[in-house]
Amino acid sequence: MAEAVTFKNMALAKAINESLRRALDSDPKVLIMGEDVGKLGGVFRVTDGLQKDFGESRVIDTPLAESGIVGTAIGLALRGYRPVVEIQFDGFVFPAYDQIVTQLAKMHARSLGKVKLPVVVRIPYGGGIGAVEHHSESPEALFAHVAGLKVVSPSNASDGYWMMQQAIQSDDPVIFFEPKRRYWDKAEVNTEAIPGPLHKAQVVREGTDLTLVAYGPMVKLCQEVADAAAEEGKSLEVLDLRSVSPLDFDSIQTSVEKTRRLVVVHEAPVFLGSGAEIAARITERCFYHLEAPVLRVGGYHAPYPPARLEEEYLPGLDRVLDAVDRALAY
Amino acid sequence: MTVESTAARKPRRSAGTKSTAGKRTTAKNAPGTDPELVQLLTPEGERLKNPENAAYDKYVADITPDELRGLYRDMVLTRRFDAEATSLQRQGELGLWASLLGQEAAQIGSGRATREDDYVFPTYREHGVAWCRGVDPANLLGMFRGVNNGGWDPNGNNFHLYTIVIGSQTLHATGYAMGIAKDGADSAVIAYFGDGASSQGDVAESFTFSAVYNAPVVFFCQNNQWAISEPTEKQTRVPLYQRAQGYGFPGVRVDGNDVLACLAVTKWALERARNGEGPTLVEAYTYRMGAHTTSDDPTKYRADEERESWEAKDPILRLRRYLEASNHADEGFFAELEAESEALGKRVREAVRAMPDPDHFAIFENVYADGHALVDEERAQFAAYQASFTDEGGH
Repeated sequence: MAEAVTFKNMALAKAINESLRRALDSDPKVLIMGEDVGKLGGVFRVTDGLQKDFGESRVIDTPLAESGIVGTAIGLALRGYRPVVEIQFDGFVFPAYDQIVTQLAKMHARSLGKVKLPVVVRIPYGGGIGAVEHHSESPEALFAHVAGLKVVSPSNASDGYWMMQQAIQSDDPVIFFEPKRRYWDKAEVNTEAIPGPLHKAQVVREGTDLTLVAYGPMVKLCQEVADAAAEEGKSLEVLDLRSVSPLDFDSIQTSVEKTRRLVVVHEAPVFLGSGAEIAARITERCFYHLEAPVLRVGGYHAPYPPARLEEEYLPGLDRVLDAVDRALAY
Repeated sequence: MTVESTAARKPRRSAGTKSTAGKRTTAKNAPGTDPELVQLLTPEGERLKNPENAAYDKYVADITPDELRGLYRDMVLTRRFDAEATSLQRQGELGLWASLLGQEAAQIGSGRATREDDYVFPTYREHGVAWCRGVDPANLLGMFRGVNNGGWDPNGNNFHLYTIVIGSQTLHATGYAMGIAKDGADSAVIAYFGDGASSQGDVAESFTFSAVYNAPVVFFCQNNQWAISEPTEKQTRVPLYQRAQGYGFPGVRVDGNDVLACLAVTKWALERARNGEGPTLVEAYTYRMGAHTTSDDPTKYRADEERESWEAKDPILRLRRYLEASNHADEGFFAELEAESEALGKRVREAVRAMPDPDHFAIFENVYADGHALVDEERAQFAAYQASFTDEGGH
């Protein structure tokens, strides 16, 4: 079970599953905790088969109490364990928000570095799957705003595998946002590769006319946008941020200094979202390079709508292309 | 931070303040008269032995005079430290202080019941427990002075940092206890919280988790009757110790002003935890004689009579009466302890005044264990800004 194997064309959910399996196998201190993570394997089956192979003391079905899940994970981490907890859906994290923000994020600083809390909080997030209320939200900015937390989101199976390894190995708490609508997207995963740094952005498509920045579920969309724009003779560079905190401003800056235009795309509401921070900082850093204001495409300042309206709410191909056109028109 | 009252000063009864004392000291709930209240030492200092407390009495049956004097010393020194901290707040040396006045028996009794390898999760008033765990009292004052948010290494004494958010630490305690069980160790965990915290969801969740996983944790609720201005009646309609039954583990109400009973009941509960019998809820029925914190004014919400009725049950006085009646301590002991108390007060006073302000760059330290690009960037900006002042000074 421990041997590293090269897997081809693995879905994101499976890649995270294999990554968790590897972590459980290589470190007896790693624990999986959450609602339905055991026999069911999680509602998205991300933990499928892990309890069967590692037992109920390593893969722990918990009471339905999110604050309890995170709070006890903190206690386990204080005892030397490395818990990976699952919050079943994005909108369910809020009962645990107090523990995450007031305890998990601050205990290392409060103890002057004496206490480390290597806890990973996995959150399937985002829309596009026709779910009911509280099952489609993107609250990453709420966590990125809190010092002491690291916030990451893979966009593909390979990153799902490797970023989970790195998150578990980190001595800091990591909020691990999994783009649920990409769970079933397959990609090649090389389990023997040496991964890049957890918080380093990656250029997933090179271009010269404009930079599209995204993370998680929106990376694939931006690649499709770049394909569509290419048919119109526009060359778009696509940057997968991978990490929302810390944010790799250096990579964005490098790209923007080349393309001189930037559009940020995320599912979360635009207002005070991560795009706002990117726009502000890149404006500071690249003021004389920019040919157009940094534009943002994202959700509206409204509750996430019912499923029949989510296509209007979520950034789609046309909305992003429209922003690209507006940026290029300056 | 307003300074409106002192813990040492006798509370005045505000005109128009409605007394709740009559309601709160009914025979049903008064310590000593409640058949479900474990008591080994009466307020008059008499050693009580009866069938109701026999199950717990055995845990202190062989206690030596030396150990009894030790408990007395712990309580006296803790009270002296607490009084010093209150004074230091009045003198402007501390921004805030949360006094434990009146709760010495609950804290020393339970604290002395713990073993070195046990782990303690306090709230922010457990100065007596900290004393039992060997935390230097001066270190407790750093966060109240504003020089840090902790002040001690939690793993140095297995005494976690004070937790300000009410009830959060009960979950940390439960998780830690789950870890002990996984490790196959026979240590135990004790989590402190108050009657107000019993209303928090985290406390309820910690009961659920600890019961479900049979975690070796003792929940030690110091019911000091008041959550700032809200009486216990605003938290619960049943005695708090009875809550445990709904979760499937035992709950016991102990006279929180009886150090022997607190010691015995906590030893019993810790032994249960070590034996794999799971969690226990101990409700130490006590009274916060001072204000909630130095910013609080209890004269606005409670009557003098109430405090006076509890002063008669003073935890230190009753042990002194017992020590004297049983000839376990002489005048020399009390005089020596008085001198030791004054020396402690002096040492704490000097330690606080000598506490340096933290280095400016402490803002950026330990935000992350593995570092963070934004923190690095802002630290550099801050350094440049600070340096700009230095440069100007050089002109």
